Amino acid sequence: MAHPDRSTWRQALNAGLVAGIVSLLLSLVGMVEAFEARDIIFELVPMGQLLLVLAPFVLAVSTARKAADRSPLARLAVGLLLGLVCGALLVAVRLIGEAVNLRSVFINASPTLYDILGFGMALVPGMLLRLAVSAVAGLVGASLALLSDRLRGAVMQAIIWLVLLGLLRDLMVIVVDRWGPIRPVFRWLFATRGLTIVGAVAVFVVIAALVYLRGGKKTTKIAIRPPKQQRVVNLITIGVIVVILLLLPPVLGTFFSQVLDSVGLYILMGLGLNIVVGFAGLLDLGYVAFYAIGAYTMGVFTSPELGFFNLTWFQALPVALIVSAFAGLILGLPVLKMRGDYLAIVTLGFGEIVRLLALSDWLRPWLGGSQGIQRIAQPTIGSLVLGNQMQLYYVFLAGCAIVAFVAWRLKDSRLGRAWMAIREDEDVAVAMGIPPVATKLMAFAVGATFSGLGGSILAAQLTSVYAHSMTFIVSINVLSLIIIGGMGSIPGVIVGALALIGLPELLREFAEFRYLVYGAALVGMMLMRPEGLWPEERRRLELHEEELLAESAEPAAAAEAAAN
Amino acid sequence: MLRNWRQRITLTDVVIWAIGLSILVVVVIGAIATLRSGKYALETWFDLSMSGLALGGVYALIALGYTLVYGILKMINFAHSEVFMSGPFTAVFLAEALKRSGFFDSNPVVSLLLVTLVSALVSCGIAVLLERIAYRPLRGAPRLVPLITAIGASFFLQYFFRGLYGSGIRAYPNIPILEGFWSVGGLRVFRTDVVIIISAFLMMLVLYGIVQKTKMGKAMRAVSEDKEVAALMGIDVDRVIVVTFALGGLSAGVAGVLYALAFPVVNFYMGFIPGIKAFTAAVLGGIGNVPGAFLGAMVLGVVESLGPNLFLDGLGIPSANQLKDLVAFVILVFILIFRPTGILGERLAQAKA
Repeated sequence: MAHPDRSTWRQALNAGLVAGIVSLLLSLVGMVEAFEARDIIFELVPMGQLLLVLAPFVLAVSTARKAADRSPLARLAVGLLLGLVCGALLVAVRLIGEAVNLRSVFINASPTLYDILGFGMALVPGMLLRLAVSAVAGLVGASLALLSDRLRGAVMQAIIWLVLLGLLRDLMVIVVDRWGPIRPVFRWLFATRGLTIVGAVAVFVVIAALVYLRGGKKTTKIAIRPPKQQRVVNLITIGVIVVILLLLPPVLGTFFSQVLDSVGLYILMGLGLNIVVGFAGLLDLGYVAFYAIGAYTMGVFTSPELGFFNLTWFQALPVALIVSAFAGLILGLPVLKMRGDYLAIVTLGFGEIVRLLALSDWLRPWLGGSQGIQRIAQPTIGSLVLGNQMQLYYVFLAGCAIVAFVAWRLKDSRLGRAWMAIREDEDVAVAMGIPPVATKLMAFAVGATFSGLGGSILAAQLTSVYAHSMTFIVSINVLSLIIIGGMGSIPGVIVGALALIGLPELLREFAEFRYLVYGAALVGMMLMRPEGLWPEERRRLELHEEELLAESAEPAAAAEAAAN
Repeated sequence: MLRNWRQRITLTDVVIWAIGLSILVVVVIGAIATLRSGKYALETWFDLSMSGLALGGVYALIALGYTLVYGILKMINFAHSEVFMSGPFTAVFLAEALKRSGFFDSNPVVSLLLVTLVSALVSCGIAVLLERIAYRPLRGAPRLVPLITAIGASFFLQYFFRGLYGSGIRAYPNIPILEGFWSVGGLRVFRTDVVIIISAFLMMLVLYGIVQKTKMGKAMRAVSEDKEVAALMGIDVDRVIVVTFALGGLSAGVAGVLYALAFPVVNFYMGFIPGIKAFTAAVLGGIGNVPGAFLGAMVLGVVESLGPNLFLDGLGIPSANQLKDLVAFVILVFILIFRPTGILGERLAQAKA
């Protein structure tokens, strides 16, 4: 750091280049174009444009914050430079696109994208405006870095909420139209696409103010009540949550119920995989196999098409669960001695084997081959068939409730603690007298049973199963959601499922890019926050051992110094 | 003595060995039944073996990337299959452009070399970027962390290239001089197969030479023995790791073009299955071992090519070729269970996670 001056500018330059490359790749991958039609603020700020200024903005905030030792003016200049570099890169590519037909290679380098880059203007004024907008994004980011932490946090949160509300506008309409009284407020806040300008300002101010004021108070610990009172409070909270969950489908309608069904399915599977990966630390990449086995067992035992058993759904359910659990044991036995990477690959192989067998002509008489199995029974209560999305929601809800309860009770049980001991250090766990074989097999069997339950309900939802849908991607979905949510954490699974399964279902444009974003999210999460969004306490401790040690050492050292 | 022996064998061992033996019995019975039925002529077996060897050559070049990285970082570079995909998926545009300009037809060999070079460079670049951005910050993290990162990177790259180049299936232009076959003693030898086998073999030889004979190769072996000590001896560990990823990427890029010559399906998903199979090959030969990767890949290629017809046909399983991938996956699972050190490997696969 001999030349602090130069290093700051160089950092700005580098960050600008990175921002430019990121913006460029977002455009070329097609995200900018896909989100262009979705206005955040009506006819003023479409999501596509927002994506283009996102990178320079975020990087300007962090770069300007890093240059904290410089004068405010210099820090603003850092943001400006960063934005200009980023804009220049975009302009350069646009100009190259003028000379060469980039589209023959990059399918998204379309005239539409060029229009977005140039704000629909002619080449020269459009590009100048692009440069200016990028520069402003950098400048705004840098000026945010000048604010106090509290104010900056408030502004950032307000921006995030603004974008979320704008994105989800169409979905809120569906709900609001069912509930007349709030319609006028809604019309005031929202336009036909996105927020109105007035609405945007109102949302921004209200949220920023709320966050700012709340941030002012010192965080008060929740008052500790006497145990009896605490119990009552807990019961009331649980009761309210249950009532809300029960009322969701009639309030939200069919479309949302369907989304919630998908979320429910993935919560079921996530809770199962969470036991295998999160509790016991056995990375299972073939988890889809158990889901397939559950669904297929349900199909084989209930479908009149195959005509083997013709059981009802509830009669076949125990069979499906037992078969899944047994499959878990079958997989568990040979992989007992493996750890880490090898286990991941073997389970992946196992998942593929199950899929290929289900697809093969060889087993067609039993499993339907590539045609799958149709006319699978749906659950019935008395004469009521739980067939539509809203009714199936309750089946998923019941499944999730049971599974979450079991997982929660298992977590601190003797078995749960044995799993975690094996996860932390297998050799030590064995030395402490934990039987590795039984413990690991139980993890596989319980995880497989949960997944099999998910598969059984899914089979009822679709009334059919196809091997084509039982791909590796499903395993990755489940794995991603428990990692994003926080491995080993039960609320984390729910948060992860809502974020990774719910959001893409709600945002159609997003669906096309979901795996791109999942992949980036997995990498980003591992690099920056490996414990997940809603971490389990013990894992967080494990992953941040050194920092926490340093933290606790500091006050201790200070106390020591004071004592001396 | 007897008591000791009985204590060491548990119920799980018995079950596993029973499963293994029964599969072995099925394979042998199937093979005998197929051969006795005389359904396939000698020529068919020869054709299948040759295409198996060609496939094995491609797997060998991919497997090299897995094996080198595993040797040094003790991690499975799960995204290597996407490194393999990125090269040929990019170079196909060059091939198409050359075809349009007529250069491809007038100078097929030069064009092919050019395309291979571009493919190798792109794969190499992606591999190096991957190491720099995703893996380097995680050195020393708990073992699951880099593995999950690799899975995430794999998905990111797949869908990134899908967004970039589209989801359609592309193919390399036909090369007339590679079409057809030579007749050797009444047997057909397809030119493509021969080219693939020879280039894969040469490429392996060169890379093996680099690892064994050059100073950088020596440094690589030192780092794979012990990173800390190697660093103390003045070896720039980061640089060695970058070179390792670069070499793996280069050979994967070449493998990609060879693969695309044999199977004209170039798309964003082309890496997944060959990637897993190449990993199988690397494990089969003994991961961390370069000649082992070659041997394992050849064995896997041939078994996968012959297997469905040889083992399954005789058992009366319809459309046995559908189960080609199944054979490879079963081999993978069983190798990892029964001999995780592979054919030539000495490294302990059960090493502490």
